[in-house]
Amino acid sequence: MESFERILSEHAFFHDLPAVHLGTLVGCVSNVKFGAGEFLFREGDAADQFYLIRHGRVAVEAFAPGRGSITIETIDEGEVVGWSWLFPPYTAHFDARALGLVRAFALDGACLRAKCEKDAELGFDLTRRFARVVMQRLDATRLQLLDLYGDHGNG
Amino acid sequence: MATMATAESRPAVAADPMRPALFVVRKTSRETADTFTLSLAPAVPEGIHRFAPGQFNMLYAFGVGEAPVSISGDPAKPEMLVHTIRAVGSVTRGLRKLGKGDTVGVRGPFGTAWPVEQAHGHDVVIVAGGIGLAPLRPALYHVLLHRGQYGRVVFLYGARTPADMLFARQLREWRSRFDLEVEVTVDRATAEWQGTVGVVTKLIGRSPFDPGSAMAFVCGPEVMIRFTVAALQRRGMTDPSIFVSMERNMKCAVGFCGHCQFGPAFVCKDGPVFRYDRTLPFFGLREV
Repeated sequence: MESFERILSEHAFFHDLPAVHLGTLVGCVSNVKFGAGEFLFREGDAADQFYLIRHGRVAVEAFAPGRGSITIETIDEGEVVGWSWLFPPYTAHFDARALGLVRAFALDGACLRAKCEKDAELGFDLTRRFARVVMQRLDATRLQLLDLYGDHGNG
Repeated sequence: MATMATAESRPAVAADPMRPALFVVRKTSRETADTFTLSLAPAVPEGIHRFAPGQFNMLYAFGVGEAPVSISGDPAKPEMLVHTIRAVGSVTRGLRKLGKGDTVGVRGPFGTAWPVEQAHGHDVVIVAGGIGLAPLRPALYHVLLHRGQYGRVVFLYGARTPADMLFARQLREWRSRFDLEVEVTVDRATAEWQGTVGVVTKLIGRSPFDPGSAMAFVCGPEVMIRFTVAALQRRGMTDPSIFVSMERNMKCAVGFCGHCQFGPAFVCKDGPVFRYDRTLPFFGLREV
């Protein structure tokens, strides 16, 4: 289990996480893999897990009738996918699909929520880490919305 | 008025900068729906224009007008002047109508260059957004030609969609090299796209370079530059190691007319390539 903690601590999302918290989290973690095209989760699914991507690429998608799946962004090695486990009603808002072989750590949301309720320090640390991810994704989405490379008539 | 220091690399200006030289279109290539490349040869053999990576020319579409266009070709092959142009105004649309054998007026080359020699011994991070790849391609040509002079070389490119990517064939070649780390992303994907989706700034955090020794060359829309610089700073890069290429409304190209004034500098003469810390007081200012 000690080496599992070490591997977990090497993931960018858990960079500098105090060892005591790592020890608490290990009980909620499992090693998972997905083949190309497999869904990590689908819109409306119970959001009972989130994933730390260790290898491969995941597409975050929305399905639109007549258009099919639209990729909103991709998540790569070292990143995290899924934060709906943090907030009621704990259901996934988008699809997450493996674009090739994906290896990841799956963290059990219900298990983590229970531990965070008991340990406010852990809860604050995890929430802060997710808030940073949410902020970065929001910034990125805003930039995408600006359509920076579109024809804005200059030149 | 305080003067803005110049970028590190300042090539010589053409002998008579106001007089266009005649060039003949040798080849036209369609890059994307609105972007094309013109390959030009001098009308007379002695008319070769040597240039440094990052410089631009004023291209004259006869009967229409003149527009500043970055040079996108290989600085080691100056016998063919290559420009990649987005058709967004009357002049650039006029240039798009040209065919093989047609004549163009060329003034230049003008402006400062990417500090490719100053980067010897350093990691190099090249970040391009959209048409911003055009003025960076000469720097990439130079770096790859002198590959042994550099540490790790990372090239990050963001485009609107897969169909809006410039130099698609060349991108594939670059991606197949073992001495160049290439990451490409699009803001909007199609169903066939299996690559990264998201803004180019997202690639910076995971790119393999040493922020303590790297030099970054950044070109794209100004908002993209701002966010890219912020991402490079978060990685630990310092402002003097970041170079950006600015775009303004350049007319005379020699610092007379003032159309491209940027704080105390003229982008045509003191830029377009600036060391980031030297643009800092004016970068993002709405009045500038």
